[in-house]
Amino acid sequence: MLRKCRFAALLGLLMLGSAATAAAPDTMAQRMLACAACHGAEGRATGDGFYPRIAGKPAGYLYHQLINFREGRRLNAQMTYLLERQSNDYLREMAEYFAGLSLPHPPTQPTQADPARLQHGLQLVRQGDATRGIPACNDCHGEKMTGVMPDIPGLLGLPYDYLVAQFGAWRQGTRHGTAPDCMAAIVAKLTPEDIDAAASWLAAQPMPADPHPAPSLPKPLPTSCGSVTGAGAAQ
Amino acid sequence: MKRALIILALVGACAATAIFWLGLRSDPGDVSMTSPLQAPVGISTEERGHYLVRVGDCMACHTRQGGADYAGGRVIPTPFGDFYSPNLTPDPETGLGLWSADDFWKAMHEGRSRDGSLLYPAFPYTNYTKLSRDDSDAMFAYLKTLPAVKQPRREHQLQFPYNYRFLLVGWRALFFRPGVYQPVGAQDAQWNRGAYLVQGLGHCSACHEARNALGAVQSRDNPAGGLVLNWYAPALSAPAEAGVQHWPKEDIVRLLRDGIAPGASTLGPMAEVVYESLQHASAEDLDAMATYLKSLEPSQPPPASGAVRVPAHAVDDMSKRGATIYADHCASCHGEAGEGAPPAAPALRGNRAVTMDSAVNPIRIVLFGGYAPGTAGNPRPFGMPPFGNTLSNQDVADVMTYTRSAWGNQGRPVSSAEVARNRQGPLW
Repeated sequence: MLRKCRFAALLGLLMLGSAATAAAPDTMAQRMLACAACHGAEGRATGDGFYPRIAGKPAGYLYHQLINFREGRRLNAQMTYLLERQSNDYLREMAEYFAGLSLPHPPTQPTQADPARLQHGLQLVRQGDATRGIPACNDCHGEKMTGVMPDIPGLLGLPYDYLVAQFGAWRQGTRHGTAPDCMAAIVAKLTPEDIDAAASWLAAQPMPADPHPAPSLPKPLPTSCGSVTGAGAAQ
Repeated sequence: MKRALIILALVGACAATAIFWLGLRSDPGDVSMTSPLQAPVGISTEERGHYLVRVGDCMACHTRQGGADYAGGRVIPTPFGDFYSPNLTPDPETGLGLWSADDFWKAMHEGRSRDGSLLYPAFPYTNYTKLSRDDSDAMFAYLKTLPAVKQPRREHQLQFPYNYRFLLVGWRALFFRPGVYQPVGAQDAQWNRGAYLVQGLGHCSACHEARNALGAVQSRDNPAGGLVLNWYAPALSAPAEAGVQHWPKEDIVRLLRDGIAPGASTLGPMAEVVYESLQHASAEDLDAMATYLKSLEPSQPPPASGAVRVPAHAVDDMSKRGATIYADHCASCHGEAGEGAPPAAPALRGNRAVTMDSAVNPIRIVLFGGYAPGTAGNPRPFGMPPFGNTLSNQDVADVMTYTRSAWGNQGRPVSSAEVARNRQGPLW
């Protein structure tokens, strides 16, 4: 008990000390506190379901998204407002900061989806649908679906609501990639049932033991993507 | 009786003639006046024009987000309706391709389009009329060098009766007098250069001065700043608002150029002005603007207006709840006594941006957060987190009521209705 009290007193003294000096650390973590309000502490996401985790995503992908928000290719008034007057260099630094955070993932939420829907989702993710010209998600987002360095995002560890909202945004034209916008072309071929199934299956998967993006793709992309400029871009 | 009617008719006819004469008369302008801005030696007319177009921040209105530079199409929401900026690139069909330097001068100096039609004063020709002819010509010469972009003009969406353009005859008769800037003899060249930039090219009054019910800047009767694009542009003459009479000149220059200075930073539309325009202004021009702004006659804080009053008996409880919210969400950066931790978090104690009568800006900053512009002088700004999702309208009202009156601050309380009102509208 006495030890506890001493510890509390010491902690109190330390806190007083820091309050008196009041010098904020000159770090990216301090600069990026504004992001934590929605994306969670250190960009780990919150339980909200709409704001995605940004920690550990590939730097090139994050950078392109920051640019897309700034230029109005992705529509979110809050994001655009925060980024509108920042230089490419600073946006790059933000992207690299969050990409470099390697933090544990929370456990996957149990799914409500029925087995048939999950089976349809698995099918689309792993094989796509050649008859409709839909490539497998795996072909671009990596065998483990944790993304591919430096430009392709992972699809695991994202909430169902966020995933469905992104498909919806491509359909409605409120989210665009750099032309040629490969995801817009793919989403145009998906039915609402496809989207629901794929998002249900993806959101139900646990993170693999190594959640980092793959360093490269084993084969070129099946379609050409303006947002993918690094290794693995389609020939 | 009959005689009275005749007199009345004569008076009416005279008034109508005066209105039409004042509203429609042509004014060639004093073309002998040359620019008080000394251009660097050896610079071409087009380069000088590029600089002037930048310092005038034509881009702010004439470039759509993600659109081609100066091709127009940006919406400018106003109490009279939505204006859509026209295309300034030299495309012959949709831009200024068929315009001459004389046409451009007529627009800048007289507020008339190439075909003679009257321009709405959302285009601040009430300021640009002060520009010299050589500056207008240089700006036009630069615009001619832009790549021509075909982007048809969108029609303005104005409410009745503002959609009737001919009514501008009356507006001009009342509120517009064309005239090139006349140097004030009692002041030196540096001061006059600053006045030319602030009153003319920089068109600061377009936002920083109150407008009357007909949208005319009314600084003589009312020293208040203006509500514009959902933000409050504080009065530049009032030391309780944005007056800088008591600042060291180098701090004024830093605020204009870097977007941040000791005890002040720019957010919202002013961050855009700094980012796109003022950070590119020359050291001489920034110094001139600071000289002029320092010399403004200090005005009293503008009269309180538009706020939803909080009943006196509610204030204590609000402040108490606000103190708890402050300790939970704000103190870790802004300090337990509002002392701040610059540059990451400004002091809130003694901060006029927090305490000024209009609570619009601090409400919007709490709701939507924000970053100062990432300028060359401050390339990696710190940011304020948006609390709009975490805090209710009442929470924001409470914490603001607390911060505006704690630690010796003396600002009025803020109501939740006022917070609710500021959740709406586009972000800038």
